[in-house]
Amino acid sequence: MTAAAPARPRRPLRPATLASYAVGVVLVVLTVVPLLYVVIGGFRTTAQINESPTALPHPWVWSNYRAIVTSSLFWRFVGNSALIAVVATTLAVTLGAMAAFALSRYAFKGREAVYLLFTVGLLFPLGVASLPLYLELRQLGWLENPFAVALPEAAFSLPLTIVILRPFMRAVPAELEDAAVVDGTSRLGFFVRILLPLSGPALATVAVLAFVTSWNTYLLPLLVFSDTQHFTLPLGVANFQTQYSQDTARILAFTALSMVPALAFFVFAERRIVGGLSGSVKG
Amino acid sequence: MVETTPLVLRKAVPTGPAVGTAPPPVTRPRRRPATRRRLELLLLLAPALTLFVGFVLAPIAVAVYYSVYRWNGFGPLDDVVGFANYRQALSDPVFQHAIEHNLVIALLSLVVQLPISIGVALLLNRRMHGRAVLRLVVFAPYVVSEAVTAVLWLLILQPGGFVDEVLRDVGLGHFVHLWLADSDLVLYTMFAVVTWKYIGFGIILLLAGLQGIPAELREAALLDGATGWQATRFVTIPLLGPTIRIWIFLSMIGSLQLFDIVWIMTSGGPANASTTMATYLVDRGFRRYEFGYGSAVAVILFAICFVFALLYQRFALRRDTDGALTRGLA
Repeated sequence: MTAAAPARPRRPLRPATLASYAVGVVLVVLTVVPLLYVVIGGFRTTAQINESPTALPHPWVWSNYRAIVTSSLFWRFVGNSALIAVVATTLAVTLGAMAAFALSRYAFKGREAVYLLFTVGLLFPLGVASLPLYLELRQLGWLENPFAVALPEAAFSLPLTIVILRPFMRAVPAELEDAAVVDGTSRLGFFVRILLPLSGPALATVAVLAFVTSWNTYLLPLLVFSDTQHFTLPLGVANFQTQYSQDTARILAFTALSMVPALAFFVFAERRIVGGLSGSVKG
Repeated sequence: MVETTPLVLRKAVPTGPAVGTAPPPVTRPRRRPATRRRLELLLLLAPALTLFVGFVLAPIAVAVYYSVYRWNGFGPLDDVVGFANYRQALSDPVFQHAIEHNLVIALLSLVVQLPISIGVALLLNRRMHGRAVLRLVVFAPYVVSEAVTAVLWLLILQPGGFVDEVLRDVGLGHFVHLWLADSDLVLYTMFAVVTWKYIGFGIILLLAGLQGIPAELREAALLDGATGWQATRFVTIPLLGPTIRIWIFLSMIGSLQLFDIVWIMTSGGPANASTTMATYLVDRGFRRYEFGYGSAVAVILFAICFVFALLYQRFALRRDTDGALTRGLA
């Protein structure tokens, strides 16, 4: 990403450099301290926290975390979230890639109109459409069904997927396609065997974005699921907080554990997310 | 606008596979590839379009339809009230305040988050130790879900909780407030939480934009005698324009649709002091089973976002012809 800058001669620390480090430290503290407070708070008892909110655990208590890790409901939430996120991501990436292929490498009348239609979707995030969506899903009799959440999530991820993939697929030289055709491949064969593998990085980016979005979605599952057994992790966290509002330590432990999958996934996929963002900025 | 979108679509779907360009001359060998091409297009586009129309556009149409009824969601749908729901919403002081709250958040994002993000991105856009770690850390809150963010800050901001205690420890005890229960303060508390969650996103976006600017341009300005600040102000920041405009767009749309964090932390309270358009919508439509009325509110919310997006597109984004968000919407 960064072009290798020519090595500069070492100079004494300038004020601007010092300022950079100072700002960096402040940012890290403001970001990390709240997260750490949650993780460490989970190792204390509520009595300890009430007595002194800022202190370290004394003694360290494992029971909060143990209670949650051994509760089947927590894993149920994780499983529900994972199922919905996997279905939504698979659908968004597969259908989005197909549409982006058609919109980038076929010339046909109305192509820009179809593309425009998809980009309009960027203006309407899922949250705002949730009430009418709920009415629609209820009409279809799909309430309490994980697919009733996964399908709309996939649909709402399509615009960004297509917007990121289309320029990427467009940039693949036409010679490559001609060569494939000369070698006797059909257009769809070119798509599956050549274009998709070449689009690997962009596909990974859109997959990560769709996955994270689905994993974090709150309002739609809130409306669709009323049975706790079907809850996703964000619903579970909010619900747990209301249910145990007196037991701060347990809420902290639950919240800390529910951050783990997202943060772990993020550390693993950071490049993809950031790359995708800058990619979508540059077009 | 809501009714016209499906029209565009109805026109667009058949034109894709069916009309093509001018129909090719009816010579046998040429016909088959054309038919095949149309089938391919249908196969490639139909699934995505079906999903998109079914779950993104249809709900909008559904909302428009229900919005002219008074309906609790259960009985028969027979009480047509026309535009009464819209009139009622627009004249409800609670909803007017909700719009105001969204605008305050949007404005604060512009005047607080944007300068901070640009400043930080400029400072971080230099070779320094630990930059990769810093990027990772700053971006982390963006991946943490809104629900977790809300619960986390709810606990930290409890009366006598972590924030209060830290303020007391450093001798700023008189700054301690009821962060979430004080109706004059709660909206600004919400803004602070939203900033914590999303500012990393802005910084990363702007950093990516900065890295796309060739270093030579700045160096040329410096050679011509510009001071560092002048080079930043007159070369770097203008070149960052497209990224800044995209950030503004995303941030405004996000501010207009703020829901999760507010809903979990305060449900719009106390006394509607932190109500946003979206929490109002869910409260009326879902909690009180006023589905017709809630649909009207949803349509108003759509309309506000849409009008904003079109205006912004027309007057700000138009210049960035390469911007991905802009291409389709011109």
